[in-house]
Amino acid sequence: MTAAPIISVRGLITRFGKNTVHDGLDLDVRRGEIIGVVGGSGTGKSVLLRAIVGLLKPAAGKITVFGEDVRNTSVADYRRLRRRWGVMFQGGALFSSLNVQQNVEAPMREQLDLSPETRAALAAIKVKMVGLPENALSQMPSELSGGMRKRAGFARAIALDPEIVFLDEPTAGLDPIGAAAFDALIAQLQSALGLTVFLVTHDLDSLHAICDRVAVLAERRVLATGTMKDMQEIDHPWVQAYFKGPRARAALVQKDTA
Amino acid sequence: MTTAPKITLTDGILRLQGDLLISTIEAVNWSTPQSHDAKAIDLGAVGRLDTAGAWAVVSLERQLGLTGQTIGASEPQDGLLRTVRDHMPGPAHPGAGQTGIIDELEAVGRRATSAFGATISIIGFMGQVVATLASLIIQPARIRWTSLVHHMQQVGLNAVPIVFLMSFLIGVVLAFQGATQLRQFGAEVFVVDLIAISILRELGVLLTAIIVAGRSGSAFTAAIGSMKMREEIDALRALGLDPVEILVVPRVLALILMLPVLGVIANMAGLIGGALMSWIELGVSPGVFQSRLASNTGVWHFGVGMIKAPFFALIIGIVGCFQGMQVKGNVESLGSLTSASVVLSIFLVIAADALFSIFFSIVGV
Ligand SMILES: Nc1ncnc2c1ncn2[C@@H]1O[C@H](COP(=O)(O)OP(=O)(O)O)[C@@H](O)[C@H]1O
Ligand SMILES: [Mg+2]
Repeated sequence: MTAAPIISVRGLITRFGKNTVHDGLDLDVRRGEIIGVVGGSGTGKSVLLRAIVGLLKPAAGKITVFGEDVRNTSVADYRRLRRRWGVMFQGGALFSSLNVQQNVEAPMREQLDLSPETRAALAAIKVKMVGLPENALSQMPSELSGGMRKRAGFARAIALDPEIVFLDEPTAGLDPIGAAAFDALIAQLQSALGLTVFLVTHDLDSLHAICDRVAVLAERRVLATGTMKDMQEIDHPWVQAYFKGPRARAALVQKDTA
Repeated sequence: MTTAPKITLTDGILRLQGDLLISTIEAVNWSTPQSHDAKAIDLGAVGRLDTAGAWAVVSLERQLGLTGQTIGASEPQDGLLRTVRDHMPGPAHPGAGQTGIIDELEAVGRRATSAFGATISIIGFMGQVVATLASLIIQPARIRWTSLVHHMQQVGLNAVPIVFLMSFLIGVVLAFQGATQLRQFGAEVFVVDLIAISILRELGVLLTAIIVAGRSGSAFTAAIGSMKMREEIDALRALGLDPVEILVVPRVLALILMLPVLGVIANMAGLIGGALMSWIELGVSPGVFQSRLASNTGVWHFGVGMIKAPFFALIIGIVGCFQGMQVKGNVESLGSLTSASVVLSIFLVIAADALFSIFFSIVGV
């Protein structure tokens, strides 16, 4: 595929005080792919995500999404741009004073002028699509389990049928069955809605099951990108340990027998 | 960029055109009158289709009894239509419509019983705190000293400037108002008694308690409430630790120890403010003020004020921590309980002050 990348990050530098999180990070994401971003805890995966969606101002670097510079846009352009992606934060980040339906409706309410009936119907579809029962609509986030909260966060992220969804560790903390179901859900929606998925994850099973490519974050940059097979070849201690460790082998075996 | 969608009916086939997107579907009139004769829905001319568009198409299918009779969709569009068909919501639930008089009455009853229940549980909580306090006095080694000192600094030391300034200004105001009234009778010198009695007996401690309720009571509720929200209280319990002993007692004890100290500071500041204003306004020199204060104002006025301080502290601490413990999962309850905590503790402090006044007048001090 030679089409221009949908997300392109060049020479990204982010710092918190003296702590340099990224130092000259480059990354391309192609349209329609599911890219898995992996890296040890605290290597700046969430920070990278926040920088791409413009929630955090990097010290230097150029980030373009849909070919538009995220940092140097007018407020109106940024709003328009923002409508084309959805973000699910680590932990769901649901608005705790709104019920699930209102949470999912929130982006529609802010961005579009829809009738309440349409909004309600669309919210119900999205909630059912992510595998929540219909009676979850009227529940408050505090009444949901961790996994349900993540699903509701996902439903909110896809409320406007975005072209890109950013998911920050969607399967962390879920039981293996729930995690596998979430993976299947991401893959299914990806093909149904033609999404590009930016998936931050630690979950080797997810990487094997649904990711087209993997980007490894280490040493303050993207150390390598490629398919899971490519990762086996890379000669770097962390990458070796991650992709060839006991858990990786287990995930691989599981995949082969599946 | 987007082409507006259109519906046309030709040869019994309902043709859709344009982009069926969340931003465009509401611009279409989906209930074309003759469309009930349609035998199929043709999506051949549809450009882009998203979930909202698919929902509109599927709703149309259902409305016309044509489920599955949609033709001309591309492969991905068909996939999306299938997904949406599988996840169509059931019939809309009738909302909780109007409320009748019965519901209103029921709400009143509910509120009354819940107010009663809250009173019972706050008294229970107070008993628990006092019992824990007593057991800690027997075993002082179990007191969390670090935490206690930290809270003493928070509620005591850090409140000194505001308490001092407030009380100083109250002294100034009292002297000024008293002077203008008393001058009419040539009884200027009684301004000393006026200031001393009102500050020492009532205002010093009462206003300090009100400021502390606003400052520290709300902080207690917010801190304990957010711990409750993040399940930290449950974590403590799971470790076999008693949240009352660890979180509530240090706060309440810090208040009981510091509120009297703040009260003394407030009394001093009030007297200084009053003396200063008397000097400026009435020419009552600080020396005269002091000797008159010493000769005419019984020490019991000071005692009466000070006796109240620990009780006020207990009220503020208990209410603040209790409300924090009532916080549920959402942020809204944290906010409303924080403000409820301040209102309730100020109200209870004033009510207690009134009871004390009656008590002291009966015992005659
Ligand atoms: N708001 C912040 N202020 C200061 N440092 C931060 C902030 N957010 C993240 N960091 C630091 O950035 C680094 C990367 O964090 P993060 O992206 O959350 O890691 P992860 O890869 O586990 O998601 C960490 O060292 C963290 O301490
Ligand atoms: Mg993270």
